[in-house]
Amino acid sequence: MTGLGATMVRAGRRLLSSLPALFGVLVFTFLLMRVLPGDPAVFFASGPNAGKEEIEQIRKQMGLNRPVPEQLVFYLSDIGHGNLGRSMMTGQPVLKDLRERLPASLELTFTALLIALIAAVPLGVVAALRPGSVVDHGVRLFCALGVCVPTFVSGLLLIYVFYYLLGLAPDPTGRIDVFTSLPPQRTGFLSIDFLLAGDFEGWWAACKQLVLPAVSMALFVIAPLARITRASMLVSLGSDFVRTARSVGLSWRKVVVTYALRNAILPVITIAGIVFSTMLGANVLVEKVFSWPGVASYALDALLSSDYAPVQGFVLLMASLFVLVNLVVDVCYGIADPRVSIE
Amino acid sequence: MSEELLRIDDLHVSFSTRRGMVEAVRGVTLTVKAGEMLGLVGESGSGKSVTGFATTRLLDAAGRVTGGKILFRGQDVTKLRGDDLRQLQGAAMSMIFQNPRAALNPIRAIGLQIADAILTHKRISKDAARAEALELLRAVQIRDPETRMNAYPHELSGGMCQRVMIAIAISCNPALLIADEPTTGLDVTTQKVVMDLLADIAAARGMATILITHDLGLAARYCRRIAVMERGRIVEEAGPRTLFSTPQHAYTRRLVAASPTATSRIEDLVTEEERERQATFVSKPRPEPAHGTPPLLQVRKLAKRFDQGSAAVADFSMTMAGGESVGLVGESGSGKSTTSRMICRLIDPSEGDIVFDGQSIGHVASRDFHRSPLRKDIQMVFQDPNESLNPRFTAFDCIAHPLMRLDGMRAGEALRTRVEECAERVGLPLDLLPRFPHQLSGGQKARVGIARAIACRPRLLVLDEPTAALDVSVQAVVLQLLDRLRRENDIALLFVSHDLNVVRMLCDRTIVLRNGGIVEQGESRALFDNPKTDYTRKLVEAIPHIETGPTLAAAL
Repeated sequence: MTGLGATMVRAGRRLLSSLPALFGVLVFTFLLMRVLPGDPAVFFASGPNAGKEEIEQIRKQMGLNRPVPEQLVFYLSDIGHGNLGRSMMTGQPVLKDLRERLPASLELTFTALLIALIAAVPLGVVAALRPGSVVDHGVRLFCALGVCVPTFVSGLLLIYVFYYLLGLAPDPTGRIDVFTSLPPQRTGFLSIDFLLAGDFEGWWAACKQLVLPAVSMALFVIAPLARITRASMLVSLGSDFVRTARSVGLSWRKVVVTYALRNAILPVITIAGIVFSTMLGANVLVEKVFSWPGVASYALDALLSSDYAPVQGFVLLMASLFVLVNLVVDVCYGIADPRVSIE
Repeated sequence: MSEELLRIDDLHVSFSTRRGMVEAVRGVTLTVKAGEMLGLVGESGSGKSVTGFATTRLLDAAGRVTGGKILFRGQDVTKLRGDDLRQLQGAAMSMIFQNPRAALNPIRAIGLQIADAILTHKRISKDAARAEALELLRAVQIRDPETRMNAYPHELSGGMCQRVMIAIAISCNPALLIADEPTTGLDVTTQKVVMDLLADIAAARGMATILITHDLGLAARYCRRIAVMERGRIVEEAGPRTLFSTPQHAYTRRLVAASPTATSRIEDLVTEEERERQATFVSKPRPEPAHGTPPLLQVRKLAKRFDQGSAAVADFSMTMAGGESVGLVGESGSGKSTTSRMICRLIDPSEGDIVFDGQSIGHVASRDFHRSPLRKDIQMVFQDPNESLNPRFTAFDCIAHPLMRLDGMRAGEALRTRVEECAERVGLPLDLLPRFPHQLSGGQKARVGIARAIACRPRLLVLDEPTAALDVSVQAVVLQLLDRLRRENDIALLFVSHDLNVVRMLCDRTIVLRNGGIVEQGESRALFDNPKTDYTRKLVEAIPHIETGPTLAAAL
């Protein structure tokens, strides 16, 4: 297919054009971390009464005594070698920390987005099919509630109801309870690793842990997705080609799904991409509430203790993911809409 | 073949709007026999499309049949529900729509769209449906149908899309085809090809057709019987010849007069009684320009290339004297709009020069031309009167804006007098000035557009299809207005249009463009009566031609 080829070429070009932006993010975070108050050397000294000499030595060890441009050059060359530095907090290389924690964040975000889409698209479609009806207003109310309740509040509420009152959910701490033996790590996504290992009991346990945090994140993003689905579905249902489809007597299902919804889904793809990137960075609250060992809470801890390397690594990771997500959205769009590849 | 296929009996359709129920169709009665082609003619808002949509049950949620019956083969269509209705739609009656590209699903290959329609009504395999779809593409004369099966609507021209639409509509051999303005928006030559195709297919398959159109000439060319609608009612029904020679109803008379034909003059476009009212304006003959006066506008070897590299306009030269009217005609893509915009200095030419009143303006960047003192001498009237007025400006603001920007006038009594004077000159009632565009009718908006353009007393007015979006009766009035302004104020008109009948009436000279180059130019009447090139001949022949018998000629 030439259309697919053209999409790939476009995606490649987009990837190249985002490299300067990534570099900019890199330099910007580096400088930002240097101007933020707090001296890491003091923080990481052996104790509150560490001598001046000791602090000076740590500073030298961290390279903080050199001029900032020089530090930047060192930092960039390190990154060029795939070395994101070492976290003072965990004592491990940042790359290793991120690699361990990223799958947890991704698993949570993907699940939340999936739940949000599964809920939002039908809600939007139902609302659009009967605009102004009770259903439409019900969907609007639901969306408004989802947006106005902060994720940590909805998270705590969910814990209160499903763990404390009903006892349906497991102890809301971490990805899996401590007594379950972990499967061999392949993808890092626990639910998938358990399946690959054939351990269904473990899989079920992991899923149960995942549901509450994912739902509380999903609640927050259902609203934009449902609203955009409703709006574009309304446009689509009122368009000339839907009238054509009705004029030849196509079945209701075919008119609504094949003709109206497939056209209406295009803007939803774009919004889903944006929502995904936002969720990935903003899920720190949910990670904190559910003690989820993700990258966002890791970065927050690092930031609070003036640990430069993890924060810089985190920002770089987020920027790269953002580029990647945009790329995926682009490719999806090119496949879904044949008009895009022509420019 | 003379059995009655469709009978509409005292049909009433209402729409619920914010201001309550509005009755769009008030008592339409008509019959269609099997295999015949009936023309349903009327201006916008006459209820002709609504009648069509009511018949195929495609009214939107706000519309409702409030009275009357629509009997299709003796069965009342208005009472059908669910599966009975779906068996009717597409299989027994189908519809062709106005804007063909929008009427097709933009993200579904056209072959699949045709197959969708087939599979709804026939129990056959997907491959068989595909084969049938291919056959249909051949039947509607699409070249290279095998590859086109996988094409998407945006890859096809408007005419091609309409052929695909016809293929979908005839896919299940319906007995009745309703074509709602099937060729509006297509080029004249494409229009003729598509209409011929439609007529041939309908005749070959014995389908009855209702041709809904605003174009009396088009209906006269293809239909044996024409029903004229006005404000939700059928006012007259007759054969085309009778309709044109002895129109009975006053509205039909007005419509017949307003439809331009090969021989009509601007004065003929309104009926006798209306002409009386207009007669107060005495047309004075234009004084011959003194010998040796430089021409008002001189265009030398103008060319425009867009990014893709191919030239949109190449080697275009023309001259215009003050007060002259020149027509620029051609099909879409011929470069006529690009040329007019370059002359207006809205876009920059790639090569060549434009000399206005002895001053070279071709090299002034279009971005800076608004500062040139010549800006107010060259003004433009745009195609769409709805889109070209700022929705947040009242009619007064629209007309006052160029006066303030270009003539440096300040808000006050003098400005008010100037605006009112402009409004009077274009026949816009003064009490409409405080209104916003959405509170004005199409014709009134067109007048605001013209008043705005003449506010600074330009010497050259460039008009880009100024009447394309208007009803014929409104078009007649606007054309007369333009002609009068030209005579009274000695404004030169550069008139861009695809409607040859209009150009023939309004313009002294005509330039025919094709693919960005001049094909032919000359004095309008001579050029149309005796075209020298095949292309011009094809254009002229494609105009829906009304058979003006000797009786009609005498009546005029």
